[in-house]
Amino acid sequence: MSETHSVLAHQFDDLEQQFEASTLGMWAFLITEVLFFGGLFTGYAVYRSQYPLAFAEGSLHLDYRIGAINTAVLICSSLTMALAVRSAQLGRRRSLIGFLLLTMLLGSVFLGIKVFEYSHKYHEHLIPGINFVPPHEFIRFHVDPQQLYVFLSFYFAMTGMHALHMIIGVSVLAVLVVLAWRGRFSSEYYNPVEVAGLYWHFVDIVWIFLFPLLYLISRS
Amino acid sequence: MAHHVVPQKIYLLVFATLILLTLVTVDVAFYDLGLLNLYVALAIAVTKATIVILYFMHVKYSSRLVWVFVGSGFFWLAILLALTLSDFFTRGWSPLPSGWTSMIMP
Repeated sequence: MSETHSVLAHQFDDLEQQFEASTLGMWAFLITEVLFFGGLFTGYAVYRSQYPLAFAEGSLHLDYRIGAINTAVLICSSLTMALAVRSAQLGRRRSLIGFLLLTMLLGSVFLGIKVFEYSHKYHEHLIPGINFVPPHEFIRFHVDPQQLYVFLSFYFAMTGMHALHMIIGVSVLAVLVVLAWRGRFSSEYYNPVEVAGLYWHFVDIVWIFLFPLLYLISRS
Repeated sequence: MAHHVVPQKIYLLVFATLILLTLVTVDVAFYDLGLLNLYVALAIAVTKATIVILYFMHVKYSSRLVWVFVGSGFFWLAILLALTLSDFFTRGWSPLPSGWTSMIMP
């Protein structure tokens, strides 16, 4: 009983109400995130309709195999995150910590592959604003380099924002590992794990859209 | 507190479906379907996102209020996309009035 009181904030009637409130609060935040990324996707749609060939050519400059591997890595991390939340629900502290660490590891693998990709783009002089030299030869479509520049700007803005969310996600999970280690969660109270899970899966969903829209244009 | 604990089997099934759909979306990109390529890719992405939201994010087992929140988020996203794109995609439809250009460049 005393433990229940320590995790129940005084403004809530019971733990159920507190759980519902934290879930709703997280969803309210995620809606703003949906619209934030929605703005980027809308900009992408407008420019892709204006410069279809440049987007097709730009997409061919990306390695779809790396993108596909990263998609699989993120889906794996979503599975381990879902299992972490499940462990928390069942009050299994050890497996909660294990799955959280596994999720962090997979998130770090994703970011590591992203760093590799970005550095590759740097050596190819294809980073707008930092290191961009109009390519001498094109893979399939001969397009205005400035239009290619627009595609690459979208690529780096969208994947960069996504990567920033991943970094934040991994940091949040690190805090959760410490809290779980100290035994702060139980099957009665695991709201932070639940809402961190919502955030992690949301970031996964963003990538689910980014992958085909950036890597898989006109592969045929 | 009786939260719905999703069986491990369902999570594994969802995971397998997501991986399978990823393979499908990569494979289908190599067939030339014209404009359909984009729509197939988007349909697969929407399917994957829906599965993640329903199962991994527990929305299937959540209260009606959560459903309203989630639904409103995507409703606003639809407004953002529909109104912006209906502007940009229809700009070429109306011809420029010739009187204007002849006044500027006689």
